[in-house]
Amino acid sequence: MAIDSKVVAQVAHLARLKVDPQDSDALSNRLNDILAMVDQLQQADVDGVAPLAHPLDVTQPLREDVVTEPNIRDKALEIAPAAEDGCFLVPRVIE
Amino acid sequence: MSWEVVIGLEVHVQLNTVSKLFSGSKLSTGAEPNTQASLVDLGLPGTLPVVNREAVRKAALFGLAINADICRHSVFERKNYFYPDLPKGYQTTQLAEPVVGAGEVEIQLAPKGNKGGEGEKKIVRIHHAHLEEDAGKSLHEDFHGMTGIDLNRAGTPLIEIVSEPDMANAEEAVAFARKLHAIVTSIGICDGDMSQGNMRFDVNISVRKPGEPLGTRTETKNLNSFRFMEKAIALEVERQIDVLEDGGEIVQETRLYNGDTHTARSMRSKEDANDYRYFPCPDLLPVAITDADIEELKAAMPELPDSRKARFINDYQLSEYDADLLSGSIATAAFFEAAAKAGGDAKLAANWVMGELAAKLNAEEKDIADSPVSAEQLGQLIARLKDGTISSKIAKQVFEACWAGEGNPDDIIEAKGLKQMSDTGELEKIVDDIIANNASQVDDYRNSDDAKKKKKIGFFVGQAMKATQGKANPQQLNKLLQEKLQ
Amino acid sequence: MHTKTLTELKAGLANRDFSSRELTEHFLARIQQYDGDLNSFVTVTDVQALAQADAADAAIAAGKAGLLTGLPIAHKDIFCTEGVRTSCGSKMLDNFIAPYTATVVEKMAAEGAVMLGKTNMDEFAMGSSNETSYYGPVKNPWDLERVPGGSSGGAAACLGARLAPGATGTDTGGSIRQPAALNNITGLKPTYGRVSRWGMIAFASSLDQAGPMAQSAEDCALMLQAMAGHDHRDSTSLNEKVGDYLAALKDDISGLTIGIPEEFFPDTLDGAIADNSRDAIRELEKLGAKVVSVSLPSIKLSVPAYYVIAPAEASANLSRFDGVRFGHRCDDPQDLEDLYKRSRSEGFGDEVKRRILVGAYALSAGYYDAYYRRAQQVRRLIRDDFARAFEKVDVLMGPTAPETAFKLGAKKDDPVSMYMADVFTIGVNLAGLPALSMPTGFINGLPTGTQIIGNYFREGQILNVAHKYQQATDWHKQAPAFGGAQ
Repeated sequence: MAIDSKVVAQVAHLARLKVDPQDSDALSNRLNDILAMVDQLQQADVDGVAPLAHPLDVTQPLREDVVTEPNIRDKALEIAPAAEDGCFLVPRVIE
Repeated sequence: MSWEVVIGLEVHVQLNTVSKLFSGSKLSTGAEPNTQASLVDLGLPGTLPVVNREAVRKAALFGLAINADICRHSVFERKNYFYPDLPKGYQTTQLAEPVVGAGEVEIQLAPKGNKGGEGEKKIVRIHHAHLEEDAGKSLHEDFHGMTGIDLNRAGTPLIEIVSEPDMANAEEAVAFARKLHAIVTSIGICDGDMSQGNMRFDVNISVRKPGEPLGTRTETKNLNSFRFMEKAIALEVERQIDVLEDGGEIVQETRLYNGDTHTARSMRSKEDANDYRYFPCPDLLPVAITDADIEELKAAMPELPDSRKARFINDYQLSEYDADLLSGSIATAAFFEAAAKAGGDAKLAANWVMGELAAKLNAEEKDIADSPVSAEQLGQLIARLKDGTISSKIAKQVFEACWAGEGNPDDIIEAKGLKQMSDTGELEKIVDDIIANNASQVDDYRNSDDAKKKKKIGFFVGQAMKATQGKANPQQLNKLLQEKLQ
Repeated sequence: MHTKTLTELKAGLANRDFSSRELTEHFLARIQQYDGDLNSFVTVTDVQALAQADAADAAIAAGKAGLLTGLPIAHKDIFCTEGVRTSCGSKMLDNFIAPYTATVVEKMAAEGAVMLGKTNMDEFAMGSSNETSYYGPVKNPWDLERVPGGSSGGAAACLGARLAPGATGTDTGGSIRQPAALNNITGLKPTYGRVSRWGMIAFASSLDQAGPMAQSAEDCALMLQAMAGHDHRDSTSLNEKVGDYLAALKDDISGLTIGIPEEFFPDTLDGAIADNSRDAIRELEKLGAKVVSVSLPSIKLSVPAYYVIAPAEASANLSRFDGVRFGHRCDDPQDLEDLYKRSRSEGFGDEVKRRILVGAYALSAGYYDAYYRRAQQVRRLIRDDFARAFEKVDVLMGPTAPETAFKLGAKKDDPVSMYMADVFTIGVNLAGLPALSMPTGFINGLPTGTQIIGNYFREGQILNVAHKYQQATDWHKQAPAFGGAQ
């Protein structure tokens, strides 16, 4: 399942990464190397095997419905790249 | 040529937990921006979600309320997309194994035509309902061309209820939406305040010729009132039919309805649709719901709208439609029952709650919870109507006064002297005066045939009512006039 | 002082042979003097360290010493430390002062540990050579032209050079064990869920696990005692009782059954690497252990399964680095897309971007089943292989890494060959098992390590086996010539 520059561009957009056109071929090649290695998975006989998302068969501990978190706005905005009037600031979002 | 309309709904219901779905942040509206956004809600590196027990409980309770299967090992997944109000770059939601499986909801439609009788009932199937977190808010005002991000709402627990495309028109869709509202408020999992976005509706609409396969559908997003929903559906159905009848094609797209201008526009088409790359959230484990949990929930299940409706029909002899309307919200049902008890007449209470009170609330855009006339006051009014102290005409006057805050009905009747005149002597004197002062009308009456007399007596009734400021007992007055004018 | 183990230093402090301040000043001076060549620290927190040391001395004087009171520890720069830059080896977080502290750091501080600083690492823990760090590669103290391994390369190198007596690491596919082997130190990856992940910046959430790195198994036991335990902030941290790891060290290992997976000694393996591990196993046989051969047939697919699962999880975990709330933001973004794309492309290095792309691709529509789902199925096969083996044996052993430290830059342009550095360690992460790497001899002056894999929550047993080996041998006491470490 080889991928080309076009697929790389699509996936890069999904991941919001910028791929410079001059790097695109080299990147595709690297990714294809990785995918070729990963393709060994296709040899596996996995008929009837349930996927395993988590190594141990345990279930989710549940939290009581109580308020435990303080207001940390000042701390949070202090490390923000841009903030104003208590909000994080981004270029205008058009709906 | 007729068109068949196919409608399905996706409904976001905000659960009324104390804290968020995955963090211990307070859940509330109206707080200063980002003051209720914790480390987890902000998506800071290294933070992890922990599931709120009450949110799971409430989702499962909804499942039981619609007779759905409850998933014993439900799984949270990540839905990946970038948006500034989505702090982690993914929404934690459910896909393959939602808490609530397939279920169904019965809707009651209004009686058709003037024949009276009962309206139709219909089943709307629920495909599933899943738990997920809400996003934050993007604020476009006051940021001089930039957008401000407020993450107070991020992580608020929602259940998304997905229906099958079982509705054929706006009336059915609205009846379904109202029924869901009735259910979630009755079982106490949602505050149901539409103006605060407690429930938000996405409507999938397509049209087709009868017998043909399903047409291409559009999704109209984020409708937050029943009225807008009804109007938005009508608008979209009309648009689709126009397009098709002009030989055009429907494009699969997401549309945004503007209630102020009653217009809609395309937000994005399928081509721009994201590839969400769902996969099980590795920070969370499967949520177990045991048989014991389910038994406990069943035992704790509050009265559902359907059983309340059946009870109203049985206990109060209401019609199906009236019972449906009155059982639709806990607040209305409680108001009705209290008024019926205080007034001693359920039928009268039903008529007043659905009639005068509903009209007044509607006109002033008030919730029944904020009604200036309390259920006890309405009950008192009904009691006075029932025991003949006041006429129904006067009752409306008393209701208005009570609405305006002039006191309890009994006090108003007393203060304004609105009691029906029950003293025959006093009424007789007034009638005698009218006959004496209107000789020509009396002659005219006496010379008329029976049919005309029936009409002409109205003049004397009017005069008498005027003289008594409407307090005369109509039956008594009629009897007296007929005797005296003989 | 710097040649002593944590256990010896602890005794020295208790004995008042030296104070924690003296000890801390000594290590800070060594870092100052030698780390310029090694580059094992990203941030040295000297002021805080001395304050903690003084507090430790006071606690010791008051007879209130905890497990780690006064002992200097270096934390991998993946753990959030409030008020201190937490970079995760990335330009993305070069300006990130964490607003909170990781549970591991907090727990160790609560036991009196003194934090020397934050150690260098592969960017977002993605790498096996420490060459992907934004802060430049770490050098191997045994040969400054060689890599220290990764991703906990800074931790392993500073321990090898005796710039710190104990360090925390994290291990997603071998990131504690492989660098431990390459620097002649001991490192333990606990059972998945044994140590809290709260505040540890996620690479692949279902694989990541923090653990101790030190000169000896005994020291690792001491550190793990402080690190392990359930954390209500981490849903995947297990509510299993924490064992008495120090007491377990004393257990007799006669009768212990060691399994040798044939897959860990393939024909292609460097004979000298195989010999060192076989010698170590033979040493344990002398101490009464039995050895049997076992097979883990699916383990050969662990690297391909890992390079789907880990990048898939990482692609979502790293979406929160979007330039909106923290971390790197590009200059003068033109619009939202520009903000996202430039901030992320500038903030992330090449290997991180590659893994994000592989992960996003493996999860995308049309490829999910062939890649992600299949990898998760293979993951189950691998886990089941281990489970079958543990029905017959107590521990499994084999080489930690297929080769000794390689030259800086040797694999820079060949990611797949780099990935093979973890061929023996990755299966353990997929299965969630605990495993330790300990020094077991040299090849051409470069250290080699042997891995001991235990069953779930059998950290005590693994440490016990390693400790018995280390009591009988002195490989772990060998130090490089660099920086007067001997």
